[in-house]
Amino acid sequence: MSNKAIPVLAALAAVGFVITIWLVFSYAPMVEDPVLMFNQKIFYYHVAHAFMLFLATAVCGVSSVVFLKTRKPKWDDLALASAEVATIFGAVVLITGMIWAKAAWDVWWTWEKRLTMSLLLWLVLVGYVLVRRFAGASADRLAAGLAAFGTLGIPFIYFMVDASDHHPKAGAGGVAATLPPEMKLVFWLSVLTFLLWCIALVMSRVQSARAERELREIREKGLDAGLFT
Amino acid sequence: MSVLRHAARVAWKDLRIELRSREIVYTMTFFGALIVVVYSFAFPVKPELVRAAVPGMLWVAIAFAGTVGLGRAFDRERENDTMRALLLAPIPRLSVFLGKAISIALLVLAVSLVCTPLLALLLDAPLFAMPGPLFLVLVLGAIGFANVGSVFAATLLKVRSRDVLLPVILYPILIPLFVAGTSATEAMIATRPDLDKLWYWIGFLGIYDAVFLVLSLWIFEALVIE
Repeated sequence: MSNKAIPVLAALAAVGFVITIWLVFSYAPMVEDPVLMFNQKIFYYHVAHAFMLFLATAVCGVSSVVFLKTRKPKWDDLALASAEVATIFGAVVLITGMIWAKAAWDVWWTWEKRLTMSLLLWLVLVGYVLVRRFAGASADRLAAGLAAFGTLGIPFIYFMVDASDHHPKAGAGGVAATLPPEMKLVFWLSVLTFLLWCIALVMSRVQSARAERELREIREKGLDAGLFT
Repeated sequence: MSVLRHAARVAWKDLRIELRSREIVYTMTFFGALIVVVYSFAFPVKPELVRAAVPGMLWVAIAFAGTVGLGRAFDRERENDTMRALLLAPIPRLSVFLGKAISIALLVLAVSLVCTPLLALLLDAPLFAMPGPLFLVLVLGAIGFANVGSVFAATLLKVRSRDVLLPVILYPILIPLFVAGTSATEAMIATRPDLDKLWYWIGFLGIYDAVFLVLSLWIFEALVIE
């Protein structure tokens, strides 16, 4: 991972963002649903962020397990970076999801399947970030264990949400399956844009995490050598 | 097989300490009973509401009291740094983990066996409509809780703010377990018991326990290594 890749990716994402925003409002057709209409446009951001949430979470889970097995700190940096980025993307998913719910079903929150899943996954991520922040520098293994358990819990959350029928089922939000080709193009362009943005964020956070770790190690070495007494 | 024998020995050690002082069992079950009493004041106890609310009440009581007991059980190992002694003992680390998990599962089961009749008594809830499946669900719930709980309580031993972080870490991961337990209990005490739903959730709990037990056994050693 070189330093130069980050600005390139960020610039590509910025260009992509401008293009998608223009395409979303001018090229992509309006849905015919009388309730959704213009509100449906948030879909291009909401779903793209949800994809990134699950992708970054998967990266965090896998790199945590690799870290536990290999003990190479670079995997821990990657896990930390992707978890923090996933938390931010998850917050966007929840907020845009609530706006969608208000427009489509006139409530700010419904226990709709995918919204519930995102919320539960997000809670694990917030727990992870809290551990990283408040458990001290020695908590890297604890955090890695949490990430491994949290990632393995996703299928359980899925089947749990799928089977609990005591929550009211909201209307069919599944517009993603039957998109006309113009919408599909804009949608995948938006996913690509946020993928680049997500990668740029994770890479720059990996760099700062590595810098923090190296600084800590140097300071410990200095303390061992009797400096700063 | 020696792994299991050593695990039984670690569990027996914990239980013997507990049987001598009875500290955790008494405080934990009393705390569980207190929660139930608080419920009966905090929520309207109407017969038509009880059936819907009691499953959730039972599992929240188990979660809270279980966390209290879990924290204390591992604090005991920290006080004289006996956790280090346990990890240094010439037995597999897996036995240490399994032994701890077994003793905590028994404590959690003890709490749920106190809370359940108390809820049935104070709120007049029909919790004993199906005693067999109910016991099975409580056992599976205790195993899952003790399994995930032991992993994180053991890993948190060296961390400063462990009392706050334990529930923060534990509950998001245990949500599927609590929802499964609640839904299974709900299916049992419904006016017309829904057997399909009941067995779906019992199967869910069984798979949850099995999957996380395998993960814990695989990962525990890497987590607690000094």
